[in-house]
Amino acid sequence: MTDAPANAEQRKFTINFGPQHPAAHGVLRLVLELDGEVVERVDPHIGLLHRGTEKLLEHKTYLQGIGYFDRLDYVAPMNQEHAFCMAIERLAGIPVPIRGSYVRVLYSEIGRILNHLLNVTTQAMDVGALTPPLWGFEEREKLMVFYERASGSRMHAHYFRPGGVHQDLPPELIDDIGDWCDSFPKALDDIDSLLTGNRIFKQRNVDIGVVSREDALAWGFSGVMVRGSGMAWDLRRAQPYEVYDRLEFKIPVGRNGDCYDRYLCRMEEMRESVKIMKQCVEWLSRAENAGEVLPTDTKFAPPRRAEMKRSMEALIHHFKLYTEGVHVSAGEVYAAVEAPKGEFGVYMIADGSNKPYRVKIRAPGFAHLAAMDHLNRGHMLADVSAILGSLDVVFGEIDR
Amino acid sequence: MSEALKELGEHVASALDQAVTGWRVEHGELTVDIHRDRIVEILRFLREDPSCRFTSLIDICGVDWPARPDRFDVVYHLLSMHQNHRIRVKLTTDEETPVPSVVELFPVADWFEREAFDMFGVVFDGHPDLRRILTDYGFQGWPLRKDFPLTGHVEVRWDEEQKRVVYEPVQLVQEYRDFDFMSPWEGAKYVIPGDEKAKEGGK
Repeated sequence: MTDAPANAEQRKFTINFGPQHPAAHGVLRLVLELDGEVVERVDPHIGLLHRGTEKLLEHKTYLQGIGYFDRLDYVAPMNQEHAFCMAIERLAGIPVPIRGSYVRVLYSEIGRILNHLLNVTTQAMDVGALTPPLWGFEEREKLMVFYERASGSRMHAHYFRPGGVHQDLPPELIDDIGDWCDSFPKALDDIDSLLTGNRIFKQRNVDIGVVSREDALAWGFSGVMVRGSGMAWDLRRAQPYEVYDRLEFKIPVGRNGDCYDRYLCRMEEMRESVKIMKQCVEWLSRAENAGEVLPTDTKFAPPRRAEMKRSMEALIHHFKLYTEGVHVSAGEVYAAVEAPKGEFGVYMIADGSNKPYRVKIRAPGFAHLAAMDHLNRGHMLADVSAILGSLDVVFGEIDR
Repeated sequence: MSEALKELGEHVASALDQAVTGWRVEHGELTVDIHRDRIVEILRFLREDPSCRFTSLIDICGVDWPARPDRFDVVYHLLSMHQNHRIRVKLTTDEETPVPSVVELFPVADWFEREAFDMFGVVFDGHPDLRRILTDYGFQGWPLRKDFPLTGHVEVRWDEEQKRVVYEPVQLVQEYRDFDFMSPWEGAKYVIPGDEKAKEGGK
């Protein structure tokens, strides 16, 4: 027996990456087949955070279901609630007051910045930079305070409701968000100066994990994953919902489809989100735009507290709303929003009762992670974490 | 928008008259019902046809209707970024009959079909690697079927003596309470206590 074949045999081996690994962004187990340091096959094992959200939703009334959506992509909770509420609104024909729409857009963009700050900075950490997460998380903390001041909760907000949002924002909060919008670009520039021109960051990301346009379509990508590859596809622009068609914003598009372009797209998207937030703040703080954030004449909205003190019917309505819930007429609908990670969709079948018959959650990260094997083949072991970071996966939504 | 969808529905139905069993536009969305065996051909047509160009497969999911002989719907959602349209394609199957896999057309279908198999037990013919995906290693049963209890059948705990996680049948301290808030006057399936006498009296 010669040495050569024995060596060739030894070169190939299989390693486990995760489920407890800081670069796995949660509970992901990757079974990597390596030839030396070159990745030959990736087999992601997901489902370690599977909680059966879709099954649980079939046993909860429509209002009770909203809370489960915060716990999907817990990095940008309100964007998920948005899709679920839109599905209910489309089925039940509930109008959203214009002020409610503006508040929703404002908080959706806060969610987008929350998400991109986390992703950009932790991806930098995956490739060796420790400072960006510290700087980024400071800003995230401030945004979470805005979440708390609107909804009472830093993360699991349960703030969006069918027909609008739960409560109007206090004027001081709107002013504070406006102030934050002025100060944030400076903080973003600081992070930018740490990363964008950084030699190590570029070496780890440029030309890594290139996604061609054909690949992006075949693998069902959405969000930054298609925009990074040069396709200007954004649901906020292509299929406008809420008041996005009234707002000025640009859609950043990459050129090469590699990890670095996706990073640049996310940085630009944050700047665009700040622009959108400023417009919302400006609109919301004008006195003539005061008004309802939730229509009071539908069965989906609780009656105002003052009214309940006087009106018997309002009291009954309140009781029925929070026990039995509302019946949604039978039908099926697919509602999608441009969540920070891509197209987040809710396919809902109602059977006329107070609970959904079936809810299918279409998580963008699921399709992105499905392409993990395809993207990683032929890359080095160290690139796996860079590619995984730029896919922007959160297991709350993938495992559901 | 819905006019364009109607046109598209007519176009799809006329081009594939054998395969399409019906189509409708509801809530501003186009749904096409098709024969199970023709799914690959139809998705290929929807992808290639110049007026469709549904190049993105957004989702595949199952739906359980236990009362029907073909108890499962398999629902495909497609998106055309070129025409800015969406379409929903539906077919039916039962526990045994396999559905042709569309992995050859859309590689992302790999995981979507694995998920539908995992949750409902829908079998996909020609899938390269039909394993469970979301549930635990060694899991048994089909969790999203309507006859699967919300609590599941087994629970896990750490066994200090065996030094490993063990699976045991679910034991509930109190019975699981699935609150039924349906008003007894509309759609409740149980007999209201006292009402059975009224019925007997009526006879």
